[in-house]
Amino acid sequence: MSMAVRIGIDVGSTTTKLVAIDPGGAIVAWRLEPGDPRVREQASRLVASLREQTGDAKAPVVATGYGRKLVGDATKVVTEISCHARGAWHRMGTPGVLIDVGGQDTKVVRVGQGGEVADFAMNDKCAAGTGRFLEVILPRLGVAWEEVAPMFQKAPKPVAISSTCTVFAESEVISLIANGESVEGIVKGLHMALAERVAGLAGRMLAGAPSVFLSGGVAKNQAMLAALQSKLQRSVTVVPDPQLVGALGAALSAPMA
Amino acid sequence: MSDLLKKVVRLAQYRGAAQVAAPALAAFGKVQRRIKGQKPRKKSGKEDLFGPPLETYRKLKEVLTQHYLSGRYADGAVPVAWVTSGFPVEFLRPFGFHVVYPENHAAMCGVQRQGVELAQVAEAWGVPRDVCGYARCDIGSWLSGKTPVGRLPKPDILLACTNICQTVMYWYRTLGRIMNVPVYIIDTPFQYGEPDERSEEYVARQLEEAVHECARVAGRRIDMGELRETARISKEASMLWGECIALSRNRPAPWTGFDQFMHIGPIVAMRGLPECNAYYRELRSELQDRVSRGIGAVKNEQHRLLWDNLPIWYDTRAMSELLAGSGFTIVATSYTNGWAETAHLFDPEDPFRSAAKVYTRVFINRGLEYRGELLRGMVADYGCDGAILHSNHSCKPYSIGQIDLAEQLAKTAGIRTFVLDGDHIDMRVYAREQTEGRLTAFMESFET
Repeated sequence: MSMAVRIGIDVGSTTTKLVAIDPGGAIVAWRLEPGDPRVREQASRLVASLREQTGDAKAPVVATGYGRKLVGDATKVVTEISCHARGAWHRMGTPGVLIDVGGQDTKVVRVGQGGEVADFAMNDKCAAGTGRFLEVILPRLGVAWEEVAPMFQKAPKPVAISSTCTVFAESEVISLIANGESVEGIVKGLHMALAERVAGLAGRMLAGAPSVFLSGGVAKNQAMLAALQSKLQRSVTVVPDPQLVGALGAALSAPMA
Repeated sequence: MSDLLKKVVRLAQYRGAAQVAAPALAAFGKVQRRIKGQKPRKKSGKEDLFGPPLETYRKLKEVLTQHYLSGRYADGAVPVAWVTSGFPVEFLRPFGFHVVYPENHAAMCGVQRQGVELAQVAEAWGVPRDVCGYARCDIGSWLSGKTPVGRLPKPDILLACTNICQTVMYWYRTLGRIMNVPVYIIDTPFQYGEPDERSEEYVARQLEEAVHECARVAGRRIDMGELRETARISKEASMLWGECIALSRNRPAPWTGFDQFMHIGPIVAMRGLPECNAYYRELRSELQDRVSRGIGAVKNEQHRLLWDNLPIWYDTRAMSELLAGSGFTIVATSYTNGWAETAHLFDPEDPFRSAAKVYTRVFINRGLEYRGELLRGMVADYGCDGAILHSNHSCKPYSIGQIDLAEQLAKTAGIRTFVLDGDHIDMRVYAREQTEGRLTAFMESFET
């Protein structure tokens, strides 16, 4: 295969994502790997592999995410706020509020009428309300990712989790188990706590928003989607390929060859 | 050695530090600069972003060196007072007090990134981590004896005015107990709506009482003529400061809000002294000259921002470079404006009553509605197209209501606003990487 593509790379706190898009903006190839602390090496290896697959050795690269400044091939760096807005706008084509729940941060971006960033908020120096919250606690419960959604469905009612801190919630969960609470109820309670935290961050940005979109790794978790919809009392649409939205926005920010 | 002799020696040290040692240091600095000037300077790569640095920075360093150097020998030589930034310091001048501003001192510790180390001393002693960073820094500094200025003189009296916050009352009482020194507090009732005359009468009476207390500590009589004269000098200083900051209404702005944060030292710590006025006259003429020659503080000024709340002292340089890199200039700040805002109300003929107005009506002692109007007015006057509201972790009175203020400002003034999490002193609650990302995203949002 050989075509002119643009590449976007999103070096997040937990995973590294890349997409290559054709001139029309369709994803023609992508990569997703757990983040390597040797960001430079990983980024350059993944960029090379995408260039090889698409046959475009000179494809321009735009980087975003925490490690954006370490991507040697990047001709431009753009923040993840702008990239997520651009990616979501490209995919959804309508204005709305995008909630991106990533590994260690949660972003809420109000995407305006023309796809621009009208307003945004991010979690404040604390990983409560991010994917990390579930990543830490689910293994303590011995629950695998694929079990989460059925458990959420099955649970009669959520067990209230009062801690918003990931670390304290973990100890709270241990005492809940010791008190004989059901694992299903705890799993549901954890998702509701996470959704509450995210809803709090989104706050007044949601008022009057025509739609609400969800992206990030956590969007693949059906339980989270259900919890968020129940908390917000409105429907939430998952952006297609939710983990790649930032990388897609980065690729769209690259100049056309 | 007799007490009198001790006092004479101490006074000689105090005067010598101010009149001989400090000017000598400044002269030495000039020689050093001349030698360095012949060698090529190290470049940080960011020089291209800014216009030439203000010449007055050198003068600032001299003035502050003189103040802190003489301060080392002040106790035992002259009466010493520690006061809050919103205290009517004019009334101390006729008694010859050496005045120490703990807030100013803590800001210096912050700039030199020593704030956390000192705060930790106070925390270990029992001050909670959520208390104002300035308070923790200064209490820690006194307890440990560590300070970037060498030594702070022990006060004979601690004077606080609650117009900037209620914390000062507890902070100064704590210092009073540690040092075993009397504390005098002027209570300025919070003005929710329009300024209330009864409050001002109440404040005026406290001021008169405070002056008597200071006269007692200093062992001198009150001379109303001298009081009027210092009130006049102080009013003029605040007006000069106001003129300096108003010069940033010009495009490009001749100096930035970050410069203002640095040059605020004399108006906070030296109000009522003729040297303070001389300093701002010099600064004003330099700024006027820049305006007439079209020299901007930031070379490529594209967007003009308003800043609300105290500076993030330990990160001002990096932040100003980040902003300037994309053509953003902070042209006005509600903080530095505070020292110019109510100065016109001063009436040297009626110093107590007019001072009560000046000090009770400061924006930080007023309701949110007033704060909103003030910010809107500044946005219009300075032609801002955006605002950064620093949500200051350990300064609650300044930070409360900022989310509402930001939203109102965005709607009514039609500008972009951004609430930035930080702290004026405590680097532990500040996330540099996240701040940079958010600030960059905020700047990117101007492109669309």
